[in-house]
Amino acid sequence: MTCRDLVSMLPILIPAYAGVALMAVVAFLRSARLAFWFTVIALAASFAAVFVSAAYAPRTVSHMIRVDAYSLFFDAVILAASLLVTLLCGDYLRSHEKRSEAFYVLLLFAVTGMLVIASSAHFLTFFLGLETLSASLYGLIGYTRRQSVSLEAAIKYLVLAAASSAFLLFGIALIYADAGTMGFSGLMLMAHKGMLTTVSAFGLAMLVVGVGFKLAWVPFHMWSPDVYQGAPAPVTALIASGSKGAVFALLLRLVAAGGLQNNRHSFIALAVLATATMFVGNLLALNQTNVKRLLAYSSIAQMGYLLIPVLANGAMGVPSAAFYLISYMAAAIAAFGVISVCSARRESGDMEQLSDYTGLAASKPALAAVFALALLSLTGLPLTAGFFAKFYIFTAAAERGLWWLLIVGVVNTGMSAFYYLRVVFALYSHRDTRVSGFERSGNLETPELTPSTALTPMISLSACAAVVVFLGLYPAPLIRLAEAAARALNF
Amino acid sequence: MILTLLILIPMIGGLLALAAARWSALASRWVALLAALVNLGITLALWAKFPTSLGVGKTFVEVNVPWVPRFGISYHLALDGLSLLLVLLTTLLTVVSVACSWREITERVGQFHLALLTLSAAILGTFLAFDLLLFFFFWEAMLVPMYFLIAIWGHENRRYAAIKFFLFTFFGGLFVLLGVIGLYVYNGHGTFDYIVLRGTMLPARAGMLMMLGLLTGFAVKLPVVPFHTWLPDAHTEASTAGSVMLAGLLLKTGAYGMLRFAIPLFPLASSTIAPVMMALGAAGILYGAILSYAQRDLKRMVAYTSVSHMGFVLLGIYAGTPLALQGAVLSIICHGLATGALFVIAGLIQERTRTRELAKLGGLWAVTPKLGGFTLFFALAALGLPGLGNFTGEFLVLLGAFPVNPIIASIAALGLIASVIYALWLVQKTVFGSNENQWTLPDLSGREVAVLGVLAALLLWLGLYPQPVFDTARDAIVAAQRPVDVQSDTEVGK
Repeated sequence: MTCRDLVSMLPILIPAYAGVALMAVVAFLRSARLAFWFTVIALAASFAAVFVSAAYAPRTVSHMIRVDAYSLFFDAVILAASLLVTLLCGDYLRSHEKRSEAFYVLLLFAVTGMLVIASSAHFLTFFLGLETLSASLYGLIGYTRRQSVSLEAAIKYLVLAAASSAFLLFGIALIYADAGTMGFSGLMLMAHKGMLTTVSAFGLAMLVVGVGFKLAWVPFHMWSPDVYQGAPAPVTALIASGSKGAVFALLLRLVAAGGLQNNRHSFIALAVLATATMFVGNLLALNQTNVKRLLAYSSIAQMGYLLIPVLANGAMGVPSAAFYLISYMAAAIAAFGVISVCSARRESGDMEQLSDYTGLAASKPALAAVFALALLSLTGLPLTAGFFAKFYIFTAAAERGLWWLLIVGVVNTGMSAFYYLRVVFALYSHRDTRVSGFERSGNLETPELTPSTALTPMISLSACAAVVVFLGLYPAPLIRLAEAAARALNF
Repeated sequence: MILTLLILIPMIGGLLALAAARWSALASRWVALLAALVNLGITLALWAKFPTSLGVGKTFVEVNVPWVPRFGISYHLALDGLSLLLVLLTTLLTVVSVACSWREITERVGQFHLALLTLSAAILGTFLAFDLLLFFFFWEAMLVPMYFLIAIWGHENRRYAAIKFFLFTFFGGLFVLLGVIGLYVYNGHGTFDYIVLRGTMLPARAGMLMMLGLLTGFAVKLPVVPFHTWLPDAHTEASTAGSVMLAGLLLKTGAYGMLRFAIPLFPLASSTIAPVMMALGAAGILYGAILSYAQRDLKRMVAYTSVSHMGFVLLGIYAGTPLALQGAVLSIICHGLATGALFVIAGLIQERTRTRELAKLGGLWAVTPKLGGFTLFFALAALGLPGLGNFTGEFLVLLGAFPVNPIIASIAALGLIASVIYALWLVQKTVFGSNENQWTLPDLSGREVAVLGVLAALLLWLGLYPQPVFDTARDAIVAAQRPVDVQSDTEVGK
């Protein structure tokens, strides 16, 4: 391990050591404000370090970590997303949890885990990163410990994540038993020579189960709505954006390495997963009255759309997936960010019923506009990032002649418009004329809308909205970046 | 640059109107009106400069800059005769919409004008785009402001109507997207540019499927009869301005899509399917007319007349003879004016009486003679009275369609009789008869007379002297003609 290796790993090392340092500091000086700004600065520094490392890429650090344009691209994306989420946290935690220093320590470790996953070139690093992420998330999800939903969500996540890790480990073991290597490049070599046997295929299938749990593909999606609902809103934003982004980045790398979709059986398996994920996610979202659950099902469906470019592969596969992922992450952070801001001043739980959001536009036009923008982007309407994202992945599928997959995607996009618009309609209707038929499970008395007015969450929300609108108007730069990143995968 | 301005002015005007609403609602209205008038002025100036003979396949003004080079998507706007006529209609009806909402809209005035003017910008973009993806971009961008216009400022059942409108047209739009992506993948030039794509040859079966994709989206918007069920709800529940924009312009984007894209890009597939579309057109004429007669709600009744009139447009477009196409274009414009005016009248009546139910109306002529006069005038225009624009358009459609398919044309001609019934019924139920409900209403104000008067004058002019429209449209619609008629004088469609 040389000095250059260390410099090239700076984006991962900074949050890791920042987490340790913060742990030491808060032992003596308990200050949530200090911890918050420390985390913000650490993440910003790490983001800046991505550009420093770029000078040393491509490079493989001791077979374990791959630093190339692809991993740096996703490092930057994950760090940006985490930074935006962190900005949401400060104000939210101030009213929900007195002692929030440890939250930031866990957050930094979670980010470290995501970065390790995105940069891993070896199953061992992948597993390490995933466990670091999961372990931190248990704490983060249950952090508002006085609320039983939060604790329930944490336990649920703990049990299911542990189970999925077991699958993952077993899968890795089987692959190792067959291929004799745990490095992705070695695996790719074996796959191309056609030397992988059924044992490896079985291992890969278990790997897909493990990854599927994290990305909440159907039928491994059961945890998702409960955890999304129970976790504090900023943590939900992190799970929906950074955590999914990191695992997806790894999946794309693995798929590019193993040529998963070139094999007939694995193609069919992934195609079935994709179709089921899209349909189940969208259908279950249709009648949700809880906004957090609705967004949970929607993000299940979004992960289904993301399988379209994976199946398509080809020249457009990886870049279109990267583009879609980024536009999805921006919209998800914006959506959960609005929920977080609306809930920041509430003593009891998050503001999550659809009826609570009725008439938000009248009292808080800017917040409602950001929420509506995020939802329209998730639908895929023009002037938002979602439009080009959908167009990009559909074109990727069409280019490979996967018309049936395209039609599944199109039908699902049409369906999804229904529930996204329901929320938009609620935002813009009058407070007194409740959305008929959908407020049944809502509180009978109208809770006062008291969204936070703190500055930091507003910065985060404006940044997300800006990204969504910019990509909706001028996607060319990000397309170029994504294509450059994808080229690095052909190592 | 001038075309970009046409799209930017309403958008900026909308934002300014939103900002102005903080001071006063009146300021917001004036800002919006001003923006709409400036746009109308620009288009009139463009028309004044438009050459009498542009040449087939030529454009008058053009702007073309790369937008997403990776996919060969460019920001390509161009103006030819067809675009110009529809842009004129758009800018005119935008002014009408702003003017007719002057008193009706009292809540969220700023947001209303923002939505209205953004919608206008998106529609203008749709009529000007010469890049298929740019076209689709504007096509989908129309949905959101229209959705809000129905959902926020609509009537009783607005939520249902807004979501129904959105889902129908959004699904239709996705089929357009499928067709557009198909064209991109198959054309081999790696471009979405209309001019390039117009000259490419496609495999017959793939071409047919793509054409059907585009056509599905356009048919939902037009609407063609089995896809029309969103229309009565949306038109009825929208506010007056929303109905005017919907009937006057949004439906026209469907017709425009067929004239501009579905037929010229796929001439062979289109001529294969033409008899079916003509039959659907004739069916729509009769079906819309009969259902219109059966309605009890004034706006719903006018909405169904739209289905009938759009049947004529569809018939004309797919008959494909020069006469029929000219008739279709003229019908598009006259329907925009006449039906727009009828919706304005319905809005005025509702504003005064708080009801749209035909049973509760009647005898309005006695108390509001000006309103009654205008109602009679536009109802006569809708039934196709010679001397008014609609007659000329529909007559030309029938004349042009007859040599292509005499049976369908003859059946469609029955629609003229049916339209007499519904139009007279409309007048009978609203303005004639005895004033049983003792309505005492204020008559039209100067602003209202001005709005309706302009529309009436235009209809009269188009009925008596439609030649300027024919001259402007002539070269642009050659591309939409049937292949057999085209071979002699042009290479388009090869």
